[in-house]
Formats: sequence, C-alpha cells, structure tokens
Amino acid sequence: MMVADLIFYMFAAVTALAAVGVISSRNQVHSVLFLILTFFSTAALFVLLGAEFLAVLLVMVYMGAVAVLFMFVVMMLDMDVTDVRQQAINHLPMGLAVGLVILVELVVVLSHSHATHTETTAQPVSNTLAIGRALYTQYLYPFELASLILLVALVGAVVLTLRERRSAPKRQDIGQQLARTRAEAVEYVQRQPGEGA
Amino acid sequence: MTELHQFIQNHGLALLGPQWWPLVWAFVWTLVKIILLITPVMIGVSYYTLAERKVIGAMQVRLGPNRAGFYGILQPFADAIKLFCKETLIPQGAKKAVFFLAPSLTLVPALLMWAVVPFSPELILADVNVALLYVLGVSSLGVYGILVSGWSSNSRYAFLGSMRSAGQMISYEVCMGFTLVPVIMLSGSLSLKDVVESQRDMWNIIPLLPMFVIYFISVVAETNRSPFDLPEAEAELVAGYFTDYSAMSFGLFFLGEYANMILVSFLGSLMFLGGWLPPIGLLSFIPGLIWLLLKAGFLMFVFLWIRATFPRYRYDQLMRLGWKVFLPISLVWIFLTGLGMHLFGKA
Repeated sequence: MMVADLIFYMFAAVTALAAVGVISSRNQVHSVLFLILTFFSTAALFVLLGAEFLAVLLVMVYMGAVAVLFMFVVMMLDMDVTDVRQQAINHLPMGLAVGLVILVELVVVLSHSHATHTETTAQPVSNTLAIGRALYTQYLYPFELASLILLVALVGAVVLTLRERRSAPKRQDIGQQLARTRAEAVEYVQRQPGEGA
Repeated sequence: MTELHQFIQNHGLALLGPQWWPLVWAFVWTLVKIILLITPVMIGVSYYTLAERKVIGAMQVRLGPNRAGFYGILQPFADAIKLFCKETLIPQGAKKAVFFLAPSLTLVPALLMWAVVPFSPELILADVNVALLYVLGVSSLGVYGILVSGWSSNSRYAFLGSMRSAGQMISYEVCMGFTLVPVIMLSGSLSLKDVVESQRDMWNIIPLLPMFVIYFISVVAETNRSPFDLPEAEAELVAGYFTDYSAMSFGLFFLGEYANMILVSFLGSLMFLGGWLPPIGLLSFIPGLIWLLLKAGFLMFVFLWIRATFPRYRYDQLMRLGWKVFLPISLVWIFLTGLGMHLFGKA
C-alpha cells in the first residue's frame, strides 16, 4: 500500500508540474510536449486505480492521435507568443470561472463518495469486459448516438475541406504509359542551322 | 536454484527486516527480469544488423562484412564502438534539450512494448489483460521521436522529412490497428496469451490470411523499412528526420527501428502463426520457445528479403496503398469475420 501511495504522489506531482509547464512554457512545441507528459502520467494514475483499459485508451487516443495532430498544427504554424499571451490574459476570467466550477464539483463529489471508494476497485470481471457490457447493453442508445454524432463530424470535416478541382489532377496512368509506341512518342525532325525549333 | 533463492530471502530479511524487505525484493526482482528481457533484445538488435548485411550480401552475390572476427561476427561491436567514438554534432539553432530527447523517444516505446510479449505460457514479464491495446497504444508513441527530431534540428530538410515519416506512420498505424480487430474477435480476448491459446485448433493465418498480409506490409511501413523507407532515401530526398543527427544519437534511432522490427515479427507470429504452438501435434516435443523463435526469425528474414527485392515506393503511392487499398479491405474483412463467426457458431 505504501509503495502504491508513493508512486501515486510521484505521478500526481508529475501531472501537476507538467500541466503548469503546458501553460507557462514560452515555446508552443514545448507546451505540447508537456501536454503529452500530462496525458502519460494521468494514464499511469489510471493504472494505479486498476483501470488499465481506460489508461491504455488514454494513451492510444489522446497521446497517439489527438496530441500528434496538435503537434502537427503547432509545428506548422509559426505563432507569435506575445499575441497568444495577450489572448490568454483576455480569456483569464472565463478560464478561472470554468476552473472554479470544476473545483466545486470535484469537492462536492469527493466529499460524498468516501463510503463507495473501496468497492469500486474490486470487480468480479475484468474492467474491459465490464465497460463493454455497460456500453452495449445499458447505454446502447447513448453510445450509438455518440457514434452517430462522430460520424456527422467526420462527414462535416470532409465536406468543409473538399474542394472541386478546376482542372483534372495529373495522375499517373500506367496502362496509358505502356500503350504508347515509339511511333507516337518519338518524332524525328531535321532543322537547318539558325532556324530554331 | 531454490536454495539460492532461500539464501537470498533469509539474508535479506535479516538485513532489512520484514517491513522493507518484500518491497525491496519486489523492486530488485522486477529490475532483474527487465534486464534479462532487454539484454537479449539488444543483442538480437546488434546481430540483426549483421544478419541484414550478410543476407542482402548473399542475395546480391557479395560476401557482406567479413573482416571483424570470424565471418564478421564482431562487426556489430565495431559499429557500436565507431558510433560511440564519433563526434556528436549539434546543428546551429537546434533546440538542444529536445534534440537529445528525440532519439530516446523513438527507442523507449520500442523497448516498452516488450513488457507484454509472452515467450511461452509462463515466460512473460507483465501478463496484462489489455496487452494488444497496450501494444497499439505504445507503438503510436514512436511518432513523437520522429516529429520532435525533425523540428528540433532547425533544418528544413529534417523538418519536411519528419512530417513525411510521421504521416506515413500515422496512416499505417490505422491499417495495423484494423488488422488486429479480427484477431481479437476470433480469440475473444485482448491478452496475448489467450490469443495464442485460442489458435490451438487452427492458426489465425488460415481464416485471416489477407489480414496477415496487410499486417505485415503495414508494419514494414510503420518501421520505415524498405520498400517504404522514405526517411532513408538519402539519394533523392536527403534522408529524413535524422539528417542532422550524428554519432550515438543517430545510432539510437536505428536501435529503435531494429528493436521495433524484431518486436513486430514476434507479435506477428504470436497473433497469426500460433506463437509457441507447434504446426502439428506430433512436433510438440520441441519446446514452444524454439517454435516462437523460428516463426519470428522467419518473419525477420522476410523483412530483409523484401528489402533486397523491391524498389522504393513513391510517397503518394504509399499513401494511396494505405488509405485506399488496405483500409477498405480490412474493414470489409472485419465484417466477414463477424459473419463467419456467426455462421460457424464460434461466437
């Protein structure tokens, strides 16, 4: 138990420090790297809770996909730091309000849930199975609805970025290339000096 | 062996007391196991590089390296010493901390994945019940080393190269992920041990042959190997993300690449070729570990065979193959697998 506590505090500290790093580092790419570190140590915290499925999903989806796209965009854009700073200061009241709401929620939930804390970790079935069962029986309709919303977003993204091309794009047509003969591809011309092509 | 174990336990208890000793012992024992796992992997990596040069040499009717030691068996050490002794160059304007972090970011995920690879029903470092997802998740982290190395080198060539390779890796990860879904469906478990045990009657390669082919081609692309080795196209594309790296930081990228190749060969033989199970029951007197090594060794040989055979793909061809050919086929095959399981009553 003691070791688990020690490891928990270690990862919790890393999470908190990395989160501070995200908003305080001057370089955006460093910010994204700190964000990835935050995700990683959060996944480690999930493992400590015995929720290895959630932990692996966090690594796969957030670190493996979302943060990679963040990284792409941040690397390509050459953002001006001072401009971003000014914007951050402008958004400060809103951010503080949201943070306060979440803090109050957490305090309320945590102060009520001490009694149920121990029984959630001891499950008869593995948590992958438990999550699967819950998703496909009890929460089937919300789950399907969520996937439908994702599909709409997917189609929307394609429609937004799809552009009609003015001219047909140049594509390699191997059959056409192979069908060419010497007679139609090579032309023999004889020019007099000074005449030009 | 048990006496030695008893001896260590007794003296440890006497030395540290019952409160601390079990913790220290658990820590030390895990470390020992990790070292016992990583050392063969690293030796395998170094000799795989030699095997590659020898095999390709033989295929091209050359001798390959044969100067260091008998038949060149000391060549990997000569290479390692050379890499360690070279000067480490740092490009002007490089982001130093990130520049040196990047090679480890490619090597560490490649080694992390070995934790869940079972070599036999008992020989496994961490028997996690989400092993397959873990492999998928951790393998997707390898892309950061590539992205970050290109960015931190402060060079246009390296940056473009890293974008190219990252795009390639992300695309083929999707294909690889989808080829694993039918395997998970057939075995009904995410644990690699269960996946192997479920192949006792029939190896997964029989119902899932197209998936195996797609899996193998995807991992060839994912590990940046020929014919998809665009980062190594030094002649036409100025190599890729590691253009500005030198000495050992350059070598670490290749350690990661070869560790990954060995790993995906093992995973391929575990998921599709029955792992430690013998092909027919008669041959079960041969230990399972030998079967696994044989199967993985064959897949590792195919990596080299492909490299000596095919010319390099162009980038647009590579992308078209991934998204427009492999992805639809694997999606259809997931449905077909479900249909087959329903019809034959395997579900």
